[in-house]
Amino acid sequence: MQPPAVQIERRVAEAMATIEARGLRKTFGTTVALDGINLRVKEGRILGLVGPNGAGKTTALNAILGLTPYQGELKVLGRDPWNERNQLMRDVSFIADVAVLPRWIRVTQLLDYVAGVHPRFDRTKAESFLAKTTIKRTSKVRELSKGMVAQLHLALVMAIDAKLLVLDEPTLGLDILYRKQFYDSLLNDYFDHSRTIVVTTHQVEEIQEVLTDLMFIDRGRIVLECSMEEFDSRYVEVMVNPEHVTAARALKPIHERPVFGRSVLLFDHVDRDQLAALGELRRLSIADLFVAVMSNNANQPQPPHEVTAHQGTPAR
Amino acid sequence: MNTSPNNTPGSSGVSDPGYNSATTRPLYWSVRRELWENRSIYVAPLIVAVVVLLGFLISTIGMPERRQAVLLRDAAYQRAAIGEPYDAAAMILILTAFIIAVFYCLDALQGERRDRSILFWKSLPVSDLTTVLSKASIPLVILPVLIFGIIVFVQFLMLLWSSAILLPSGLAATTWTRFNLFQQSVILLYSLIVIVLWHAPIYAWALLISGWARRATFLWAVLPLLAIGVLEKIAFDTSHFASMLKDRLFGAADTAFAFQQHRGVAIDSLVQLRPGRYFTTPGLWIGIAFAAAFVAIAVRQRRYRGPI
Repeated sequence: MQPPAVQIERRVAEAMATIEARGLRKTFGTTVALDGINLRVKEGRILGLVGPNGAGKTTALNAILGLTPYQGELKVLGRDPWNERNQLMRDVSFIADVAVLPRWIRVTQLLDYVAGVHPRFDRTKAESFLAKTTIKRTSKVRELSKGMVAQLHLALVMAIDAKLLVLDEPTLGLDILYRKQFYDSLLNDYFDHSRTIVVTTHQVEEIQEVLTDLMFIDRGRIVLECSMEEFDSRYVEVMVNPEHVTAARALKPIHERPVFGRSVLLFDHVDRDQLAALGELRRLSIADLFVAVMSNNANQPQPPHEVTAHQGTPAR
Repeated sequence: MNTSPNNTPGSSGVSDPGYNSATTRPLYWSVRRELWENRSIYVAPLIVAVVVLLGFLISTIGMPERRQAVLLRDAAYQRAAIGEPYDAAAMILILTAFIIAVFYCLDALQGERRDRSILFWKSLPVSDLTTVLSKASIPLVILPVLIFGIIVFVQFLMLLWSSAILLPSGLAATTWTRFNLFQQSVILLYSLIVIVLWHAPIYAWALLISGWARRATFLWAVLPLLAIGVLEKIAFDTSHFASMLKDRLFGAADTAFAFQQHRGVAIDSLVQLRPGRYFTTPGLWIGIAFAAAFVAIAVRQRRYRGPI
């Protein structure tokens, strides 16, 4: 028995995290899809979940959405997703990829249905989002282009007053105009600091400006976890002048790659001024860090949990 | 530790005034959703109804002469001969509804996995129970009600047409008196309840298989049953399982009605109805118990199901 004050404090702390996972594990036969993940996503964050194919991103999202059973502890908005999926879905929206809207349904029917079953759906809002598109109310989903289906799905989701939005490859197969528009509407017309967004995508460069937090996942484990402020302050990429290469290498870069015959070195936790003397500082992209972390990770097959370089840094 | 519901994190959302669950009707909209997706539920019976009416229209050529000949015979023969097309129309439409219902059920929980839309349905606050019940309501409630309305309407149109044909010969009333539409509607309603409850485990089985099989739901639903029958026949040279299946398909009528030998299968009087006997038949309740179990498994199973 804990004193009530401690209980309340714990509860407040729990209520603040939108997603809280401890030792989240999922296996398919002998394949380990999630290998004991610890995860804490706070309200008001936009978390990018990045990883190679088969890393366990979708499995993690499916567990969060109550679509798959799992081992370990997981609470989403204080609920157990597997046992309380339908209650949870009042506060959680998700777009799995653009192909899931039923092709036979008409736009008006879709609006009727969602309005009829979802207590937090604002039909007027959805209609006004749709008014900005060329989507006809009488069209069936199968008659719409891929980009229009994504717009339609986004209009539905943005009209739901949800606390958590999960996007699994939401812009897969869309052209760059639609992709840009997708994230612009999301940020301008939907996101506020009482909502939380978790997004996975392979087009990481396009969401770099959108994210507040970043997480790399590989072979069922979190291999990097940091906020974007941390990302900007911690990692520096330097195009090293040829005469300084040896000196630069002595500072233990986490990755090195050649660009136009010169060496570009990536440093973690190394003083910026010191590096500026060695060459030209470059703006680091998520994609470059991803490649660096993944190639390091691949060199150490199945690293033990504790010694993984960037494991366990709390998101801020 | 703390049992007060207001303090548990899980209930905090439920007491949120932002919810207006009273205005959402998930089951109602899920049933409408089924009708949007599967228009054959009402289109197919309507097409069959039109065909039946067309056939009847053609059959009424030369009707006044034939009617005069029929009216010379005894009362039972008159009822049988005059009522025959009406009973046939009803039976054809009931059979249509059965076929639609079976094929609907075989697809109901597989289609959403095949087109991946299950991910969308599961992203909405609609429980697996509501979803499966909405699908089960199509063969158990929607189709019977629909088919009742269509049959009564078709029979009414047939009566009107035959009256129009017989009017010049002064025999217009002879159909209405031999085929009492109101009484027949009561018999029809009872028959539909009898058949639907008797067939409930068939529909529930089809639903269960549609949620389980990745493909070829019809084969998965039918072949195992055949295999059991064949196995029993070869191993023990008995056919209890086969006769059980036959009883499940066709057995309802024997307990629900009292057939009169000389009139064949026609039911033309309310005294032939045996609801007391039907509703106390163990076979009915065993079937309903199986249906409930199959539906419960289908609900549980949908939780684990994703796109195929």
